[in-house]
Amino acid sequence: MNKPLRRVAIFCGLLIFALLVRDNWVQFVQADELKTDEHNRRVPIERYAQPRGDIVVGGKSITGSTKTDGSDFQYKRTYTNGPMYAPVTGYASQAFGSNQIENIEDGILTGDDDRLFFNRTIDVLTGKPKKGGSVVTTIDPKAQKAAFEGLGDKKGAVVALDPETGAILALASTPSYDPSSIAGNSKTDGKNWSALQKENNPDDPMLNRALRQTYPPGSTFKVVTAAAALENGLYTDIDEKTKSPLPYRLPQSTTELKNEGNIPCKNASMKVALQYSCNTVFGKISENLTNEKMKKQAERFGFNDKVFIPVRAEASVYPKDNPPQNAMAGIGQASNRATPLQMAMVAAAVANNGKLMKPYLVQELRAPNLNVIAQTTPEQMSRPVSPENAQKLQQMMVNVVERGTGTNGRIPGVEVGGKTGTAQHGVANSGKPYAWFISYAKTDKGSPVAVAVVVEDSSGTVRNDVAGGRLAAPIARDVMRAVLDK
Amino acid sequence: MSSSNTTTITPQGAPNRRNTELFLLGFAVLIPIFAYANVGLALNGSLPAGMLAYGLGLGAMALIAHLAVRRFAPYSDPLLLPVASLLNGLGLVLIWRLDQSPLLKRLGQGTGASTQLMWSTLGIILFVCVLIFIKDHRVLQRYTYISMVVALVLLAAPAFFPARAESFGAKIWIYIGPYSIQPGEFVKIIIAIFFAGYLMVKRDALALASRRFMGLYLPRGRDLGPILVVWALSILILVFETDLGTSLLFFGLFVIMLYVATERTSWIVFGLLMSAGGAAVVASFEPHVHQRVVAWLDPMAIFGPHPPPGLISDQAAQALFAFGSGGVLGSGLGQGHSDLIKFAAKSDFILGTVGEELGLCGMMAVFVLYALLVQRGMRTALAARDPFGKLLAVGLSGAFALQVFIVAGGVMNLIPLTGMTMPFLAQGGSSVITNWALVAILLKISDTARRPAPAPAPTTDAEPTQVVRL
Repeated sequence: MNKPLRRVAIFCGLLIFALLVRDNWVQFVQADELKTDEHNRRVPIERYAQPRGDIVVGGKSITGSTKTDGSDFQYKRTYTNGPMYAPVTGYASQAFGSNQIENIEDGILTGDDDRLFFNRTIDVLTGKPKKGGSVVTTIDPKAQKAAFEGLGDKKGAVVALDPETGAILALASTPSYDPSSIAGNSKTDGKNWSALQKENNPDDPMLNRALRQTYPPGSTFKVVTAAAALENGLYTDIDEKTKSPLPYRLPQSTTELKNEGNIPCKNASMKVALQYSCNTVFGKISENLTNEKMKKQAERFGFNDKVFIPVRAEASVYPKDNPPQNAMAGIGQASNRATPLQMAMVAAAVANNGKLMKPYLVQELRAPNLNVIAQTTPEQMSRPVSPENAQKLQQMMVNVVERGTGTNGRIPGVEVGGKTGTAQHGVANSGKPYAWFISYAKTDKGSPVAVAVVVEDSSGTVRNDVAGGRLAAPIARDVMRAVLDK
Repeated sequence: MSSSNTTTITPQGAPNRRNTELFLLGFAVLIPIFAYANVGLALNGSLPAGMLAYGLGLGAMALIAHLAVRRFAPYSDPLLLPVASLLNGLGLVLIWRLDQSPLLKRLGQGTGASTQLMWSTLGIILFVCVLIFIKDHRVLQRYTYISMVVALVLLAAPAFFPARAESFGAKIWIYIGPYSIQPGEFVKIIIAIFFAGYLMVKRDALALASRRFMGLYLPRGRDLGPILVVWALSILILVFETDLGTSLLFFGLFVIMLYVATERTSWIVFGLLMSAGGAAVVASFEPHVHQRVVAWLDPMAIFGPHPPPGLISDQAAQALFAFGSGGVLGSGLGQGHSDLIKFAAKSDFILGTVGEELGLCGMMAVFVLYALLVQRGMRTALAARDPFGKLLAVGLSGAFALQVFIVAGGVMNLIPLTGMTMPFLAQGGSSVITNWALVAILLKISDTARRPAPAPAPTTDAEPTQVVRL
């Protein structure tokens, strides 16, 4: 019986050998894949095993971490002034993942980033627990507060930039949400989450309107049209008569383009036209320049391209279009759309004498021991207008605030340039109009701030009265003041 | 034995290796104690409170077992007891470690180690009893047909108890008061006794009376009878108790023993064909078995948007995550998250914890321990002098090897998952008791096999034989 016995012994040995081979396959070859599988709960367990790093605004952390009990996720995120800073931070939730800065700088915040490798190794050797680094933002807390409180319970967004660097000083969007309320993975968090979803909440509070929503820019776009006219040499003097007819009929069409009320637009100069926000004048300029040149100028201001600050901002659009639509686009009432960030960039480029700086939100990344591991240096994005033309545009915008539709943006003793806008939208303009205001402030040391404000819903206000000057300009003024008072 | 000058066996030659066993047992006790301390330090930063009691208890158990072996099976194999003790001790530590998991506590699975310790003690008592009361393994031969009856009764019993919710569909338990017993574990030994007794008697008939067909020796129809009975039995277990593992184990065991008894390869071919056919048919209509196959083919499908209808548990996927996350070196005892397997984490899936916390290295060590145990059993079979002992030893160690393969292969998704426990490591009273009895029987057989032949009785005429020249 010994011969078959030996064979059985070999067979049993082979069975064990098969197990060894399989084990090597699972625990060696497939190990990494299984270890990092998105359904492997160890990944989030590890991720929430230590407090998350801070997001810093104005030298203070606006985030924190708190211990959770009854869960294998040990720490969850907390936010100070959550709704105010939600468009800046995004959320980091145990149950629902993360977005925006929380997502993009996740490696730094959790301490897993390769740039923290050295720190981490030292910590392992000295037996210290893993720690996350911090993300320092460019946000000015006073400006942010002014923006958020200015919007109040209205629906809208505010973006403030430092025109000379591109640093984002305020980034507000309302209605907002408190990311703390969805940071955990409890039932309450789940309920809060679903209540915030667009299908359950038509206000869509989790939408970052400042970056992700494009609006018809309305009359604020006339600044871009004016820039195109100057850059293309259509007019060289802002006081030169534009030979614009009134009434003005759109090209290839029988439709007349109307002005808001009875304003002196016939044959007005660009300066006057901007002061009164003449549709007829800028419609005609856009027509004369043609779609191609208008589109090119818009693109030099950053249209038709996504911007990463490093959070992705939706691309604003100035499309290829037929002449009547292009004429309408010249007054921001056609298929061209812009994010609040984009319009702030327009104001900032003008304020910075024609140089557009790349907007950025993250000032620096710091290791847990506060060593700076990355720093954003201001970077020129493009030069949409020449310095001389920028000066002219500034004169025109100052005139708007001094004598035109934007008087609510005035700050005593400070040079402020701005432009109002009231964008119609919806079928036959049935939607409630968007009130816009873009502006910048200038001191003798240059321009420290440019702002774009959009107020989306103005329920309770009489339709024709919703001019950007009334609703949006005061918010912009308060934000600029907050920056200037520093 | 061929050289010319060793015409007689010298009685004092073969060492009995009892001291080797004692030395190895020292490691078998120290390693689990060290592991126990390790878990305590990792989880709470301090040595566990029950450390001393646990160490002393384990040591005492090992010592009692060793003394029993020294007294009642002095020539037995020195490796079997230390390996079994080490696996049992490690199992206790792993179960205790999982007891500390807050997740399993919430699921009401917070106490396991103390019960397991009690069962292990009972196992050692049974081990000692087997050594004392079975003077010679050949006694078991007398109970061939009684074993058959007992095995059939025990196997049939769970079918008459309702499946409970927590058992995930398999009906492999019988319930007596608060205790649940898994008779399939005991049957493993009993049926090996029956097969050994039966095959020893019938082996010549099975081996020699056959027709040659296409190079294979086909058995006669009437000799096929018992094989068909066993096959039908294993299929019935599969259908009525939905217990894939046990039926696979019994059938495999029978084929192995039949092959050893008859030395006919044709039996293996038959065995494989029949088991494959039976399994395929049952898997196609039995939902529980079908589920296991579905889960085996793609365990990760449970996370997909539309998990296949048969897939109801993420256990298989969680086990794979545990292995993968352990990697080569493991997370260290007490620092893994194998409790995510939740159901049966301490019993069928205990290897998940080994894999995650001790890593590939720990798993290989455990597999090598099992391989050692099996191969020592096989050696015992080789060394045994009587056919019954040979068959019983190969049956028991073969069953052990098959069980290890079926459980570990299932947990690592090499084969479809079946509900069985990892011998010695896993939580389960029936399992640990049975396996201690199994080791005791193997020790007894090896004791007989390695025992030196008794010295020739002194003859009355001590005169040297006269050379008579003719």
